[in-house]
Amino acid sequence: MYDSSDLRKGLKIIIDGAPYIITDFQFSKPGKGQALYRCKLKNMVTGYTMDRTYRSGEKFEPANLDQAHMQYLYNDAEGYHFMDTRTYEQVTLTNEQVGEAKNFLKDNMEVDVLFFQGTPIDISLPIFVELKVVKADPGVKGDTATGATKPAVLETGHKIQVPLFIEEGETLKIDTRTGEYVERVKK
Amino acid sequence: MDSSTWIKNLRIRDRIIQAVRDFLHGEGFVEVATPLIVQAPLPEPSIDAFQVCTDAGRPSLYLIPSPELHLKRLLARGLSKVFQLGPAFRKGERGTRHLPEFTMLEWYRVGADYNHLMDDCERLIACTARAAGAGEQSIPYDGNSIDISRPFPRITVDEAFRRWAGWSPLAETDLDRFDEDMAFKVEPALSASRPCFLLDYPAALASLARLKRGMPRVAERVELYAGGLELANGFSELTDANEQEARFRRDRALRRKRGLKCYPWPRAFLSDLKRLPRCAGMALGIDRLVMLLTDSKDIDEVIPLPPEYD
Repeated sequence: MYDSSDLRKGLKIIIDGAPYIITDFQFSKPGKGQALYRCKLKNMVTGYTMDRTYRSGEKFEPANLDQAHMQYLYNDAEGYHFMDTRTYEQVTLTNEQVGEAKNFLKDNMEVDVLFFQGTPIDISLPIFVELKVVKADPGVKGDTATGATKPAVLETGHKIQVPLFIEEGETLKIDTRTGEYVERVKK
Repeated sequence: MDSSTWIKNLRIRDRIIQAVRDFLHGEGFVEVATPLIVQAPLPEPSIDAFQVCTDAGRPSLYLIPSPELHLKRLLARGLSKVFQLGPAFRKGERGTRHLPEFTMLEWYRVGADYNHLMDDCERLIACTARAAGAGEQSIPYDGNSIDISRPFPRITVDEAFRRWAGWSPLAETDLDRFDEDMAFKVEPALSASRPCFLLDYPAALASLARLKRGMPRVAERVELYAGGLELANGFSELTDANEQEARFRRDRALRRKRGLKCYPWPRAFLSDLKRLPRCAGMALGIDRLVMLLTDSKDIDEVIPLPPEYD
């Protein structure tokens, strides 16, 4: 069990039987008053968000999630389809559940799918992914150090900022935690 | 935060602390360093003390959550203007405005009431703002310009709650509702463009304060806010030992009800309190003052090292 003082951003807890993740957290204690733990919570199954304020001494059940290594297959009207490469079992996640991760998701990429009581609820991308640039203005030779950037479109359709020397057709290493360009991958 | 900002903040912090000491010494105050480890910490209903590890069979000891009890004992023993500037410890308090180990300034004046404290605060803000190079008439904080010209506006708790929370805490003091509305409705509405004194608290929220003459439901407690930060808290001090004992009993019952540890009875304090002259005292969070005067949003930006635990 967690206590109010364990609450912080990223913690996963059960509320009314559903798993929630704390997406924002603020500790308040008005002059000599009681400690208040204000949380923004996101329901990990439905994506529903809410604000809750807790007081000292409240107890929370941890949301224990299972994890399976799976391969991304494709997406269609139903959502995003993944397959367990050992059992060939397939699961589908909704657009909301995949969320921002779709920007860096490409066919056959291996990801971790998170399950709550047997239901897939979220995916966790590798920290670094390699994606090809499909559209960018022509590169500027020699300009490697000024920090100037230009937009480029990745093969997933997502647009990011890259250094000026990057050309169409090159492969980039991207940090999925920040969504930022890391380096050019020589192929 | 980049390291040059952090180094600049620490230099300003040093200048602010120097200015605080110069100001209080100029007013004839004596600086003291009273014990940080005690047997009987302040039995406040919502403050938890760190326990110090002691040998089996020896009494439990605690780190002080505030030097308040010590400083009043010094007044009872003959000092008339005294201050302490040093660490205080509160378990479980950690956020962008809270540290479990923080720097507290407390000053006490014999023969004074909370009006004197408000005057002290106004002058202290002016001289520390100057020392910090933050501004003479106004200081920038969190995208606003805060006009620090004296006197600062004053608003009673009752007025503030009627205005921003829509109810009167004097008519009915619901402690849970009070804390929540204070944190999320009243505090954010106060003090964005002017420092502000919030004063005259419901009696139940000021265990160590004297009640206002002719208004038994109101205690002479004042808090200073600026830029949305709660900077300082002060009282016209209660000097009636019997009344103090009754209030400590009530607070203790509340701690027990909330499942908090009950500390040993503060006997030495209650005994000295019998000789405490009329006085007033204020506690100011130095880290928060430095936040205000360096335009910092996170308390970690104004301290040398963050705690290794939280």
